[in-house]
Amino acid sequence: MKLFKKKNYIPIGRTVIPDSKGESVKPVEREEPVIPDGMWVKCRFCGALVYKKEMDEFKICPKCGGHFRISAMDRLAITCDEGTFEELNANMTSKNPMGYPDYDKLIAKMQEKTGLKEGVVTGICQIDGYKTVVAVMDSNFMMASMGSVVGEKITRAVEKSTELGLPVVIFTASGGARMQEGIISLMQMAKTSAAVRCHSDAGLLYITVMTDPTTGGVSASFANLGDVILAEPKATIGFAGRRVIEGTINEKLPDDFQSAEFQLKHGFVDAIVERKDMKKALSSLFKLHGIKKEKEAAENE
Amino acid sequence: MSNASEILAKSRMVARPSSLEFINSIFTDFFELHGDRHFEDDMAMVGGLAMLNDMPVTVVGIQKGHTVKDNVERRFGSPNPDGYRKVMRLMEQAEKFHRPVIQFINTSGAYPGKGAEERGQGEAIARCLYLSAGLKTPVISIFIGEGGSGGALAMAAGDRVWMLENGMYAVLSPEGFASILWRDPTRSAEAAELMKITAKDLLQNGVIEKIIPEPEEGIENNLQYTADIIKEELTKELKNLCSKTTDELLEERYKRFRKYGEFNE
Repeated sequence: MKLFKKKNYIPIGRTVIPDSKGESVKPVEREEPVIPDGMWVKCRFCGALVYKKEMDEFKICPKCGGHFRISAMDRLAITCDEGTFEELNANMTSKNPMGYPDYDKLIAKMQEKTGLKEGVVTGICQIDGYKTVVAVMDSNFMMASMGSVVGEKITRAVEKSTELGLPVVIFTASGGARMQEGIISLMQMAKTSAAVRCHSDAGLLYITVMTDPTTGGVSASFANLGDVILAEPKATIGFAGRRVIEGTINEKLPDDFQSAEFQLKHGFVDAIVERKDMKKALSSLFKLHGIKKEKEAAENE
Repeated sequence: MSNASEILAKSRMVARPSSLEFINSIFTDFFELHGDRHFEDDMAMVGGLAMLNDMPVTVVGIQKGHTVKDNVERRFGSPNPDGYRKVMRLMEQAEKFHRPVIQFINTSGAYPGKGAEERGQGEAIARCLYLSAGLKTPVISIFIGEGGSGGALAMAAGDRVWMLENGMYAVLSPEGFASILWRDPTRSAEAAELMKITAKDLLQNGVIEKIIPEPEEGIENNLQYTADIIKEELTKELKNLCSKTTDELLEERYKRFRKYGEFNE
Protein backbone atom coordinates (compact mmCIF):
# COMPACT_ATOMS: atom_id res chain seq x y z
CA MET A 1 0.00 0.00 0.00
CA LYS A 2 2.19 2.74 -1.29
CA LEU A 3 -0.62 5.19 -0.73
CA PHE A 4 -0.16 5.14 3.02
CA LYS A 5 3.57 5.04 3.03
CA LYS A 6 5.00 7.79 5.14
CA LYS A 7 7.03 10.27 3.21
CA ASN A 8 10.60 10.86 4.24
CA TYR A 9 10.70 14.55 4.88
CA ILE A 10 13.96 16.43 5.00
CA PRO A 11 14.06 18.12 8.37
CA ILE A 12 14.65 21.83 8.29
CA GLY A 13 15.85 23.70 11.32
CA ARG A 14 16.86 22.22 14.65
CA THR A 15 14.85 19.09 15.32
CA VAL A 16 14.46 17.38 18.63
CA ILE A 17 14.62 13.66 18.02
CA PRO A 18 13.28 11.31 20.68
CA ASP A 19 15.48 8.33 21.52
CA SER A 20 14.21 4.76 21.72
CA LYS A 21 12.85 5.32 25.24
CA GLY A 22 10.76 8.19 24.01
CA GLU A 23 12.81 10.77 25.85
CA SER A 24 14.07 13.64 23.87
CA VAL A 25 17.74 13.97 23.25
CA LYS A 26 19.79 16.96 22.38
CA PRO A 27 19.31 18.25 18.86
CA VAL A 28 21.71 16.68 16.43
CA GLU A 29 23.56 18.87 14.02
CA ARG A 30 22.92 17.50 10.57
CA GLU A 31 23.56 18.42 7.01
CA GLU A 32 20.42 20.31 6.08
CA PRO A 33 19.39 22.08 2.96
CA VAL A 34 19.69 25.79 3.53
CA ILE A 35 16.99 28.01 2.13
CA PRO A 36 18.22 31.56 1.94
CA ASP A 37 15.87 33.99 3.55
CA GLY A 38 13.38 35.65 1.28
CA MET A 39 14.04 33.64 -1.89
CA TRP A 40 10.81 31.72 -1.68
CA VAL A 41 7.35 33.00 -0.95
CA LYS A 42 4.22 31.08 -0.20
CA CYS A 43 1.20 31.87 -2.35
CA ARG A 44 -1.63 32.79 -0.05
CA PHE A 45 -4.18 31.59 -2.58
CA CYS A 46 -2.95 28.11 -3.58
CA GLY A 47 -0.26 27.47 -0.97
CA ALA A 48 2.43 26.86 -3.57
CA LEU A 49 5.99 27.83 -2.76
CA VAL A 50 7.09 30.23 -5.44
CA TYR A 51 10.67 31.01 -6.30
CA LYS A 52 10.81 34.80 -6.21
CA LYS A 53 12.95 35.05 -9.32
CA GLU A 54 10.27 33.16 -11.23
CA MET A 55 7.97 36.16 -10.78
CA ASP A 56 8.15 39.34 -12.82
CA GLU A 57 7.41 42.84 -11.60
CA PHE A 58 3.68 42.04 -11.42
CA LYS A 59 4.20 39.43 -8.68
CA ILE A 60 1.75 36.85 -9.91
CA CYS A 61 1.75 33.26 -8.70
CA PRO A 62 2.89 31.14 -11.68
CA LYS A 63 0.88 28.20 -10.35
CA CYS A 64 -2.56 29.72 -9.78
CA GLY A 65 -2.39 33.29 -11.08
CA GLY A 66 -3.00 34.68 -7.60
CA HIS A 67 -1.90 38.28 -7.18
CA PHE A 68 0.60 38.67 -4.36
CA ARG A 69 0.31 41.72 -2.14
CA ILE A 70 2.83 44.26 -3.38
CA SER A 71 4.41 47.27 -1.77
CA ALA A 72 3.29 50.80 -2.56
CA MET A 73 6.59 51.50 -4.28
CA ASP A 74 6.32 48.41 -6.50
CA ARG A 75 2.76 49.40 -7.33
CA LEU A 76 3.78 52.90 -8.30
CA ALA A 77 6.59 51.49 -10.45
CA ILE A 78 4.18 49.38 -12.53
CA THR A 79 1.47 52.05 -12.63
CA CYS A 80 3.00 55.48 -13.16
CA ASP A 81 4.87 56.55 -16.29
CA GLU A 82 8.56 56.57 -15.51
CA GLY A 83 9.78 59.67 -13.72
CA THR A 84 6.34 61.30 -13.41
CA PHE A 85 5.47 60.53 -9.78
CA GLU A 86 5.69 63.44 -7.37
CA GLU A 87 4.86 62.54 -3.82
CA LEU A 88 2.51 64.63 -1.65
CA ASN A 89 2.77 64.94 2.13
CA ALA A 90 5.66 62.49 2.23
CA ASN A 91 6.70 63.27 5.77
CA MET A 92 3.43 63.00 7.63
CA THR A 93 3.66 60.68 10.62
CA SER A 94 1.37 59.45 13.38
CA LYS A 95 0.90 60.86 16.83
CA ASN A 96 -0.62 58.87 19.63
CA PRO A 97 -4.09 60.40 20.08
CA MET A 98 -5.40 57.77 22.47
CA GLY A 99 -2.19 57.28 24.42
CA TYR A 100 -1.99 53.65 23.36
CA PRO A 101 0.94 52.00 25.15
CA ASP A 102 4.07 51.84 22.99
CA TYR A 103 2.27 53.03 19.85
CA ASP A 104 5.28 55.17 18.94
CA LYS A 105 7.57 52.13 19.15
CA LEU A 106 5.18 50.09 17.03
CA ILE A 107 5.12 52.80 14.38
CA ALA A 108 8.92 53.11 14.45
CA LYS A 109 9.26 49.36 13.97
CA MET A 110 6.89 49.45 11.00
CA GLN A 111 8.77 52.37 9.48
CA GLU A 112 11.98 50.45 9.76
CA LYS A 113 10.46 47.28 8.30
CA THR A 114 8.83 48.93 5.32
CA GLY A 115 10.88 52.03 4.66
CA LEU A 116 7.57 53.91 4.63
CA LYS A 117 6.35 56.64 6.97
CA GLU A 118 2.79 55.34 7.05
CA GLY A 119 0.31 52.97 5.37
CA VAL A 120 -0.38 55.05 2.26
CA VAL A 121 1.69 56.85 -0.37
CA THR A 122 0.01 59.66 -2.28
CA GLY A 123 1.08 61.87 -5.15
CA ILE A 124 0.54 63.23 -8.61
CA CYS A 125 1.68 61.26 -11.65
CA GLN A 126 0.93 60.37 -15.22
CA ILE A 127 -0.59 57.03 -16.16
CA ASP A 128 -0.14 56.31 -19.85
CA GLY A 129 0.15 60.04 -20.40
CA TYR A 130 -2.90 60.99 -18.33
CA LYS A 131 -2.21 63.29 -15.41
CA THR A 132 -3.87 62.06 -12.24
CA VAL A 133 -3.69 62.05 -8.47
CA VAL A 134 -2.86 58.61 -7.14
CA ALA A 135 -2.91 56.99 -3.69
CA VAL A 136 -1.54 53.55 -2.93
CA MET A 137 -2.10 51.79 0.35
CA ASP A 138 0.56 49.37 1.54
CA SER A 139 -0.59 46.40 3.58
CA ASN A 140 2.96 45.77 4.85
CA PHE A 141 2.52 48.77 7.13
CA MET A 142 0.20 47.65 9.94
CA MET A 143 -2.13 46.18 7.32
CA ALA A 144 -2.59 49.74 6.02
CA SER A 145 -5.12 50.33 8.75
CA MET A 146 -6.62 53.82 8.61
CA GLY A 147 -5.61 56.17 11.38
CA SER A 148 -5.14 59.93 11.29
CA VAL A 149 -2.29 59.88 8.77
CA VAL A 150 -3.87 57.50 6.26
CA GLY A 151 -7.17 59.41 6.52
CA GLU A 152 -5.50 62.81 6.21
CA LYS A 153 -3.29 61.82 3.27
CA ILE A 154 -6.21 60.29 1.38
CA THR A 155 -8.33 63.38 2.14
CA ARG A 156 -5.61 65.77 1.01
CA ALA A 157 -4.98 63.74 -2.14
CA VAL A 158 -8.68 63.88 -3.03
CA GLU A 159 -8.87 67.59 -2.16
CA LYS A 160 -5.80 68.21 -4.31
CA SER A 161 -7.41 66.53 -7.28
CA THR A 162 -10.58 68.58 -6.75
CA GLU A 163 -8.49 71.75 -6.63
CA LEU A 164 -6.56 70.85 -9.79
CA GLY A 165 -9.53 69.36 -11.61
CA LEU A 166 -7.81 66.00 -11.90
CA PRO A 167 -9.08 62.44 -11.66
CA VAL A 168 -8.01 60.39 -8.66
CA VAL A 169 -7.09 56.72 -8.56
CA ILE A 170 -6.90 54.98 -5.20
CA PHE A 171 -5.42 51.49 -4.84
CA THR A 172 -7.11 50.32 -1.66
CA ALA A 173 -5.75 47.72 0.74
CA SER A 174 -6.58 47.79 4.40
CA GLY A 175 -7.51 45.77 7.42
CA GLY A 176 -9.85 48.60 8.47
CA ALA A 177 -9.67 51.29 11.13
CA ARG A 178 -6.44 51.78 13.13
CA MET A 179 -7.71 50.56 16.49
CA GLN A 180 -4.73 51.99 18.36
CA GLU A 181 -5.96 55.49 17.52
CA GLY A 182 -9.46 54.85 18.85
CA ILE A 183 -12.44 56.97 17.83
CA ILE A 184 -10.31 59.39 15.77
CA SER A 185 -9.61 56.57 13.32
CA LEU A 186 -13.36 56.06 12.90
CA MET A 187 -13.76 59.75 12.07
CA GLN A 188 -11.40 59.29 9.12
CA MET A 189 -14.16 57.35 7.37
CA ALA A 190 -16.46 60.37 7.43
CA LYS A 191 -13.64 62.75 6.55
CA THR A 192 -12.47 60.81 3.48
CA SER A 193 -16.03 60.17 2.29
CA ALA A 194 -16.85 63.88 2.52
CA ALA A 195 -13.75 64.71 0.45
CA VAL A 196 -14.85 62.17 -2.18
CA ARG A 197 -18.29 63.78 -2.23
CA CYS A 198 -16.78 67.21 -3.01
CA HIS A 199 -14.61 65.71 -5.75
CA SER A 200 -17.64 63.99 -7.23
CA ASP A 201 -19.81 67.13 -7.01
CA ALA A 202 -17.11 68.87 -9.06
CA GLY A 203 -17.80 66.36 -11.84
CA LEU A 204 -14.44 64.63 -11.55
CA LEU A 205 -13.58 60.97 -12.00
CA TYR A 206 -12.64 58.73 -9.10
CA ILE A 207 -11.47 55.19 -9.78
CA THR A 208 -11.02 52.69 -6.98
CA VAL A 209 -8.79 49.67 -7.49
CA MET A 210 -9.54 47.21 -4.71
CA THR A 211 -6.55 45.05 -3.93
CA ASP A 212 -6.02 42.35 -1.36
CA PRO A 213 -7.36 42.97 1.31
CA THR A 214 -9.94 45.78 1.21
CA THR A 215 -11.94 45.38 4.38
CA GLY A 216 -13.51 47.05 7.43
CA GLY A 217 -13.69 50.81 7.69
CA VAL A 218 -11.94 51.40 4.37
CA SER A 219 -14.49 49.24 2.56
CA ALA A 220 -17.19 51.20 4.42
CA SER A 221 -15.88 54.55 3.23
CA PHE A 222 -13.86 55.79 0.25
CA ALA A 223 -13.10 52.35 -1.23
CA ASN A 224 -16.73 51.75 -2.10
CA LEU A 225 -17.35 55.25 -3.44
CA GLY A 226 -15.52 55.12 -6.76
CA ASP A 227 -17.34 56.09 -9.96
CA VAL A 228 -15.71 52.97 -11.29
CA ILE A 229 -14.59 50.19 -8.98
CA LEU A 230 -12.01 47.72 -10.26
CA ALA A 231 -10.61 44.78 -8.32
CA GLU A 232 -7.66 42.48 -8.64
CA PRO A 233 -8.41 38.76 -9.01
CA LYS A 234 -9.12 36.86 -5.79
CA ALA A 235 -8.61 39.93 -3.57
CA THR A 236 -10.45 39.73 -0.27
CA ILE A 237 -13.10 42.45 -0.21
CA GLY A 238 -15.66 42.80 2.55
CA PHE A 239 -16.80 44.67 5.63
CA ALA A 240 -16.93 42.26 8.56
CA GLY A 241 -14.22 39.68 9.16
CA ARG A 242 -14.92 36.14 8.00
CA ARG A 243 -14.40 34.63 11.45
CA VAL A 244 -16.69 37.18 13.10
CA ILE A 245 -19.42 36.28 10.62
CA GLU A 246 -18.88 32.55 11.06
CA GLY A 247 -19.08 33.04 14.82
CA THR A 248 -22.29 35.06 14.52
CA ILE A 249 -24.23 32.84 12.15
CA ASN A 250 -22.62 29.63 13.37
CA GLU A 251 -21.88 28.19 9.96
CA LYS A 252 -18.86 27.81 7.75
CA LEU A 253 -18.64 30.23 4.86
CA PRO A 254 -17.71 29.12 1.34
CA ASP A 255 -14.11 29.61 0.21
CA ASP A 256 -14.93 32.30 -2.32
CA PHE A 257 -16.89 34.37 0.24
CA GLN A 258 -15.78 38.03 0.11
CA SER A 259 -13.52 37.45 -2.89
CA ALA A 260 -13.32 39.92 -5.76
CA GLU A 261 -15.27 37.38 -7.83
CA PHE A 262 -17.97 37.23 -5.11
CA GLN A 263 -18.22 41.03 -5.15
CA LEU A 264 -18.47 41.05 -8.95
CA LYS A 265 -21.26 38.48 -8.83
CA HIS A 266 -23.15 40.48 -6.20
CA GLY A 267 -22.78 43.72 -8.10
CA PHE A 268 -20.26 45.60 -5.99
CA VAL A 269 -17.33 45.85 -8.39
CA ASP A 270 -17.44 46.88 -12.03
CA ALA A 271 -14.69 44.64 -13.33
CA ILE A 272 -11.90 42.35 -12.25
CA VAL A 273 -8.69 43.37 -13.93
CA GLU A 274 -5.41 41.46 -13.84
CA ARG A 275 -2.47 43.44 -12.60
CA LYS A 276 -0.61 43.27 -15.89
CA ASP A 277 -3.64 44.83 -17.63
CA MET A 278 -4.36 47.47 -14.98
CA LYS A 279 -2.50 50.35 -16.57
CA LYS A 280 -4.25 49.73 -19.87
CA ALA A 281 -7.64 49.58 -18.12
CA LEU A 282 -7.01 52.86 -16.28
CA SER A 283 -5.89 54.47 -19.52
CA SER A 284 -9.09 53.34 -21.29
CA LEU A 285 -11.25 54.67 -18.46
CA PHE A 286 -9.54 58.07 -18.59
CA LYS A 287 -10.13 58.18 -22.35
CA LEU A 288 -13.76 57.08 -21.98
CA HIS A 289 -14.33 59.97 -19.58
CA GLY A 290 -13.13 62.43 -22.17
CA ILE A 291 -9.92 63.20 -20.30
CA LYS A 292 -7.04 64.36 -22.48
CA LYS A 293 -3.47 63.12 -22.24
CA GLU A 294 -1.07 65.64 -20.77
CA LYS A 295 0.72 66.09 -24.11
CA GLU A 296 -2.49 66.73 -26.08
CA ALA A 297 -3.76 69.09 -23.38
CA ALA A 298 -0.51 71.07 -23.60
CA GLU A 299 -0.72 71.23 -27.39
CA ASN A 300 -4.26 72.57 -27.27
CA GLU A 301 -3.30 75.45 -25.03
CA MET B 1 -19.18 60.06 37.91
CA SER B 2 -19.24 56.45 36.79
CA ASN B 3 -16.22 54.85 35.20
CA ALA B 4 -16.14 53.66 31.61
CA SER B 5 -17.12 50.04 32.35
CA GLU B 6 -20.14 51.11 34.41
CA ILE B 7 -21.26 53.43 31.65
CA LEU B 8 -20.71 50.69 29.08
CA ALA B 9 -22.95 48.36 31.09
CA LYS B 10 -25.64 51.06 31.41
CA SER B 11 -25.51 51.85 27.71
CA ARG B 12 -26.24 48.19 26.95
CA MET B 13 -28.96 47.55 29.55
CA VAL B 14 -31.85 45.60 28.02
CA ALA B 15 -34.34 47.84 29.85
CA ARG B 16 -32.79 50.97 28.40
CA PRO B 17 -35.24 52.70 26.06
CA SER B 18 -34.39 52.44 22.38
CA SER B 19 -35.18 54.61 19.36
CA LEU B 20 -38.95 53.99 19.12
CA GLU B 21 -39.49 54.91 22.77
CA PHE B 22 -37.45 58.08 22.36
CA ILE B 23 -39.29 59.01 19.17
CA ASN B 24 -42.67 58.55 20.84
CA SER B 25 -41.63 60.56 23.90
CA ILE B 26 -40.09 63.50 22.04
CA PHE B 27 -42.33 63.91 18.97
CA THR B 28 -46.01 63.70 18.18
CA ASP B 29 -47.88 62.21 15.21
CA PHE B 30 -45.15 59.62 14.49
CA PHE B 31 -45.94 57.88 11.21
CA GLU B 32 -43.61 54.93 10.64
CA LEU B 33 -42.40 54.31 7.10
CA HIS B 34 -41.07 50.88 6.25
CA GLY B 35 -38.62 49.37 3.82
CA ASP B 36 -35.68 50.33 1.66
CA ARG B 37 -37.48 49.80 -1.70
CA HIS B 38 -34.73 47.38 -2.71
CA PHE B 39 -34.82 44.23 -0.65
CA GLU B 40 -36.77 44.26 2.61
CA ASP B 41 -37.79 46.11 5.72
CA ASP B 42 -34.93 45.85 8.19
CA MET B 43 -36.46 45.60 11.66
CA ALA B 44 -33.21 46.78 13.27
CA MET B 45 -33.84 50.19 11.73
CA VAL B 46 -36.95 52.28 12.21
CA GLY B 47 -37.91 55.53 10.60
CA GLY B 48 -40.68 57.80 9.55
CA LEU B 49 -42.25 61.22 9.93
CA ALA B 50 -43.09 63.10 13.09
CA MET B 51 -43.83 66.55 14.44
CA LEU B 52 -41.44 68.45 16.66
CA ASN B 53 -43.85 70.99 18.08
CA ASP B 54 -45.21 72.40 14.82
CA MET B 55 -42.31 71.40 12.60
CA PRO B 56 -42.43 68.22 10.49
CA VAL B 57 -39.21 66.20 10.79
CA THR B 58 -37.82 62.92 9.48
CA VAL B 59 -36.73 60.56 12.23
CA VAL B 60 -34.65 57.41 11.87
CA GLY B 61 -33.18 55.19 14.54
CA ILE B 62 -31.58 51.87 15.32
CA GLN B 63 -33.95 49.77 17.37
CA LYS B 64 -32.91 47.18 19.92
CA GLY B 65 -35.56 44.86 21.30
CA HIS B 66 -36.59 44.43 24.92
CA THR B 67 -37.59 40.77 24.72
CA VAL B 68 -35.72 37.84 23.23
CA LYS B 69 -38.22 37.46 20.38
CA ASP B 70 -38.10 41.17 19.61
CA ASN B 71 -34.34 41.15 19.77
CA VAL B 72 -34.03 38.21 17.41
CA GLU B 73 -36.23 40.02 14.87
CA ARG B 74 -34.21 43.18 15.30
CA ARG B 75 -30.84 41.40 15.43
CA PHE B 76 -30.11 43.06 18.78
CA GLY B 77 -29.99 46.39 17.01
CA SER B 78 -27.41 45.49 14.36
CA PRO B 79 -28.71 46.73 11.01
CA ASN B 80 -28.27 45.00 7.68
CA PRO B 81 -27.39 47.04 4.58
CA ASP B 82 -31.14 47.23 3.95
CA GLY B 83 -31.48 49.21 7.18
CA TYR B 84 -28.90 51.76 6.06
CA ARG B 85 -30.60 51.96 2.66
CA LYS B 86 -33.88 52.66 4.44
CA VAL B 87 -32.15 55.53 6.24
CA MET B 88 -30.83 56.88 2.95
CA ARG B 89 -34.25 56.69 1.32
CA LEU B 90 -35.79 58.64 4.19
CA MET B 91 -32.95 61.18 4.21
CA GLU B 92 -33.40 61.86 0.51
CA GLN B 93 -37.11 62.19 1.09
CA ALA B 94 -36.41 64.67 3.89
CA GLU B 95 -34.19 66.70 1.58
CA LYS B 96 -36.92 66.85 -1.05
CA PHE B 97 -39.50 68.13 1.44
CA HIS B 98 -37.05 70.36 3.34
CA ARG B 99 -37.43 68.49 6.62
CA PRO B 100 -34.58 68.22 9.12
CA VAL B 101 -33.38 64.69 9.92
CA ILE B 102 -32.99 63.41 13.48
CA GLN B 103 -31.02 60.18 13.89
CA PHE B 104 -31.01 57.98 16.98
CA ILE B 105 -28.12 55.57 17.42
CA ASN B 106 -28.12 52.46 19.56
CA THR B 107 -26.04 49.63 18.15
CA SER B 108 -23.02 47.51 18.88
CA GLY B 109 -22.30 47.70 15.14
CA ALA B 110 -23.58 46.78 11.71
CA TYR B 111 -24.66 43.14 11.46
CA PRO B 112 -21.85 40.74 10.53
CA GLY B 113 -23.90 38.28 8.48
CA LYS B 114 -23.70 36.39 5.21
CA GLY B 115 -26.58 38.24 3.58
CA ALA B 116 -25.24 41.53 4.90
CA GLU B 117 -22.00 40.97 3.00
CA GLU B 118 -23.78 39.70 -0.11
CA ARG B 119 -25.82 42.87 -0.19
CA GLY B 120 -22.85 45.17 0.47
CA GLN B 121 -22.66 46.23 4.11
CA GLY B 122 -19.53 48.24 3.37
CA GLU B 123 -21.10 49.97 0.38
CA ALA B 124 -24.25 50.81 2.33
CA ILE B 125 -22.32 52.47 5.17
CA ALA B 126 -20.03 54.28 2.72
CA ARG B 127 -23.07 55.62 0.85
CA CYS B 128 -24.61 56.86 4.13
CA LEU B 129 -21.42 58.85 4.81
CA TYR B 130 -21.39 60.15 1.25
CA LEU B 131 -25.05 61.14 1.37
CA SER B 132 -24.69 62.80 4.77
CA ALA B 133 -21.77 64.88 3.53
CA GLY B 134 -23.97 66.58 0.93
CA LEU B 135 -27.54 66.41 2.25
CA LYS B 136 -29.13 69.81 1.82
CA THR B 137 -31.06 69.78 5.08
CA PRO B 138 -29.95 69.81 8.75
CA VAL B 139 -29.00 66.49 10.33
CA ILE B 140 -28.70 65.95 14.09
CA SER B 141 -27.57 62.62 15.55
CA ILE B 142 -28.10 61.44 19.11
CA PHE B 143 -26.35 58.49 20.73
CA ILE B 144 -28.97 57.09 23.11
CA GLY B 145 -27.13 53.92 24.17
CA GLU B 146 -24.40 51.93 22.51
CA GLY B 147 -22.47 53.29 19.55
CA GLY B 148 -20.15 50.83 17.88
CA SER B 149 -17.98 51.20 14.83
CA GLY B 150 -18.93 52.08 11.26
CA GLY B 151 -22.48 50.92 11.83
CA ALA B 152 -22.93 53.79 14.29
CA LEU B 153 -20.88 56.35 12.37
CA ALA B 154 -23.09 55.82 9.30
CA MET B 155 -25.79 57.70 11.22
CA ALA B 156 -23.56 60.23 12.94
CA ALA B 157 -22.12 62.15 10.03
CA GLY B 158 -24.37 65.19 10.18
CA ASP B 159 -24.24 68.72 11.62
CA ARG B 160 -24.46 67.95 15.33
CA VAL B 161 -23.72 64.83 17.31
CA TRP B 162 -25.05 64.58 20.86
CA MET B 163 -24.85 61.82 23.42
CA LEU B 164 -26.79 60.80 26.47
CA GLU B 165 -24.89 60.85 29.74
CA ASN B 166 -24.65 57.06 29.76
CA GLY B 167 -24.13 56.53 26.06
CA MET B 168 -20.89 55.33 24.51
CA TYR B 169 -19.18 55.48 21.13
CA ALA B 170 -16.10 53.58 20.05
CA VAL B 171 -14.23 52.28 17.03
CA LEU B 172 -15.10 48.78 18.19
CA SER B 173 -16.31 47.16 21.42
CA PRO B 174 -13.83 47.17 24.33
CA GLU B 175 -14.13 43.36 24.33
CA GLY B 176 -13.14 43.25 20.65
CA PHE B 177 -10.36 45.74 21.25
CA ALA B 178 -8.89 43.68 24.10
CA SER B 179 -9.14 40.40 22.25
CA ILE B 180 -7.67 41.71 18.99
CA LEU B 181 -4.88 43.92 20.33
CA TRP B 182 -4.03 42.09 23.54
CA ARG B 183 -5.46 38.65 22.73
CA ASP B 184 -7.16 38.82 26.11
CA PRO B 185 -10.90 39.60 26.22
CA THR B 186 -10.82 39.66 30.03
CA ARG B 187 -9.02 43.01 29.86
CA SER B 188 -12.10 44.73 28.43
CA ALA B 189 -12.52 47.02 31.46
CA GLU B 190 -9.00 48.32 30.95
CA ALA B 191 -9.72 48.73 27.25
CA ALA B 192 -12.91 50.67 28.01
CA GLU B 193 -10.93 53.16 30.10
CA LEU B 194 -8.14 53.52 27.54
CA MET B 195 -10.47 53.90 24.56
CA LYS B 196 -12.19 57.05 25.89
CA ILE B 197 -15.67 55.86 25.04
CA THR B 198 -17.74 58.00 27.42
CA ALA B 199 -19.72 61.13 26.62
CA LYS B 200 -17.38 63.19 28.78
CA ASP B 201 -14.27 61.97 26.90
CA LEU B 202 -15.93 62.45 23.53
CA LEU B 203 -17.04 65.98 24.37
CA GLN B 204 -13.48 66.75 25.36
CA ASN B 205 -11.96 65.52 22.09
CA GLY B 206 -14.65 67.17 19.98
CA VAL B 207 -16.37 64.06 18.66
CA ILE B 208 -19.68 65.22 20.17
CA GLU B 209 -21.08 68.69 20.85
CA LYS B 210 -23.40 68.05 23.74
CA ILE B 211 -24.12 65.70 26.63
CA ILE B 212 -27.79 65.11 27.43
CA PRO B 213 -28.40 64.41 31.11
CA GLU B 214 -30.26 61.36 32.39
CA PRO B 215 -32.48 61.21 35.51
CA GLU B 216 -30.99 60.01 38.78
CA GLU B 217 -33.50 57.19 39.06
CA GLY B 218 -32.32 55.74 35.72
CA ILE B 219 -33.56 56.50 32.25
CA GLU B 220 -35.50 53.24 32.15
CA ASN B 221 -37.62 54.63 34.99
CA ASN B 222 -38.07 58.17 33.74
CA LEU B 223 -37.58 58.50 30.01
CA GLN B 224 -39.70 61.64 29.85
CA TYR B 225 -37.12 63.59 31.85
CA THR B 226 -34.49 63.10 29.13
CA ALA B 227 -37.00 63.25 26.28
CA ASP B 228 -38.09 66.73 27.39
CA ILE B 229 -34.50 67.94 27.44
CA ILE B 230 -33.86 66.51 23.97
CA LYS B 231 -37.03 68.17 22.69
CA GLU B 232 -35.96 71.53 24.02
CA GLU B 233 -32.41 71.21 22.67
CA LEU B 234 -33.62 70.04 19.26
CA THR B 235 -36.03 72.94 18.99
CA LYS B 236 -33.29 75.41 19.82
CA GLU B 237 -30.63 73.86 17.58
CA LEU B 238 -32.89 73.33 14.57
CA LYS B 239 -33.90 76.96 14.72
CA ASN B 240 -30.20 77.79 14.50
CA LEU B 241 -29.39 75.29 11.73
CA CYS B 242 -32.47 76.16 9.65
CA SER B 243 -31.43 79.82 9.64
CA LYS B 244 -28.26 78.96 7.70
CA THR B 245 -28.03 78.91 3.94
CA THR B 246 -27.44 75.49 2.36
CA ASP B 247 -23.89 76.48 1.45
CA GLU B 248 -23.11 77.54 5.02
CA LEU B 249 -24.63 74.36 6.38
CA LEU B 250 -22.64 72.09 4.06
CA GLU B 251 -19.40 73.98 4.53
CA GLU B 252 -19.66 73.82 8.31
CA ARG B 253 -20.54 70.13 8.11
CA TYR B 254 -17.47 69.50 5.94
CA LYS B 255 -15.27 71.36 8.42
CA ARG B 256 -16.78 69.45 11.32
CA PHE B 257 -15.33 66.19 10.02
CA ARG B 258 -12.32 67.69 8.26
CA LYS B 259 -10.71 68.63 11.57
CA TYR B 260 -10.31 65.09 12.95
CA GLY B 261 -6.79 63.74 12.97
CA GLU B 262 -3.57 64.09 14.92
CA PHE B 263 -0.28 63.88 13.06
CA ASN B 264 3.17 65.37 12.66
CA GLU B 265 4.34 67.00 9.45
